Amino acid sequence: MKLLNRFLPHPLLTLMLTVIWLLLVNRFSLNSLLFGFFLGLLIPVITQPYWPNRPKLKKPLKLISYALLVIWDIVVANVAVARIVLFMPNSKRRPAWVEIPLDIRTPEAIAMLGGTITMTPGTLTADISAQGRSLLVHCLHAPDTDEIRDEIKTRYEARLKEIFG
Amino acid sequence: MIIDILIASCVVIGGLFGFVGSFGLLKLNDPMSRMHAPTKATTLGVGGVLIGSMVHAWAYEGHVSAHELLITLFLLVTAPVTANFLAKVFLNQQTKPDDLPGPSTCSLWATHDKPEHRRAAPGQQTDT
Repeated sequence: MKLLNRFLPHPLLTLMLTVIWLLLVNRFSLNSLLFGFFLGLLIPVITQPYWPNRPKLKKPLKLISYALLVIWDIVVANVAVARIVLFMPNSKRRPAWVEIPLDIRTPEAIAMLGGTITMTPGTLTADISAQGRSLLVHCLHAPDTDEIRDEIKTRYEARLKEIFG
Repeated sequence: MIIDILIASCVVIGGLFGFVGSFGLLKLNDPMSRMHAPTKATTLGVGGVLIGSMVHAWAYEGHVSAHELLITLFLLVTAPVTANFLAKVFLNQQTKPDDLPGPSTCSLWATHDKPEHRRAAPGQQTDT
């Protein structure tokens, strides 16, 4: 087990690198599968010293449903933002800053939450507090800032908390 | 024929959202709002074109092309980072700590966490 840990420190990264290599090659063959797997073995071992406190994913499979949710929200966001841009006069628009207090603590989870907020309906992550306990989010049109904060917390942060534990 | 229509509509939808993204840059009237248009509208703009390209490769060239998926992936990973950098530049140059709703959990936002602002906020607890 220890030996396996040493040569395969990050099985998910190995899998991901192999798949990305296959996608880059764009044609499936045994050669590229083997070479991709070789890279997938090599890169985690080389880069391991740079990931000292890597968080363990509690429920990696939930990432898939999270990704689907985010993609759906991106489509909705595009339509919503397009409507605001095209049809709402600037005088009626209410841009606002919203503070999102964070329950998650791991940097990776916060980075994912920040990225998700930027990609979804009318919100954009601008900054993090000096101690990393809350995010500053800018809203394109926010009649009710509390509602936006609650939606981000229940829709995305709760799920990320489950994934990262 | 149906596939042609499908490809065409994907590309046209992509083009429309690309247009909205650029139009938003012109129309919106403050720097932070202006950043919303390109970060969002262009994801679906590029996405539409890429889906069109995938359908085309599958229908006319007879193979499944995966490069488009990778482009989408890299775009989704990198777009928020650029937006965040731009936002930080704006915060740094155009705002003071008082312009923003202060973080309730500590005294300053990270971009404003500089000596001059730390001194300018007496009475608040300092960061440790």
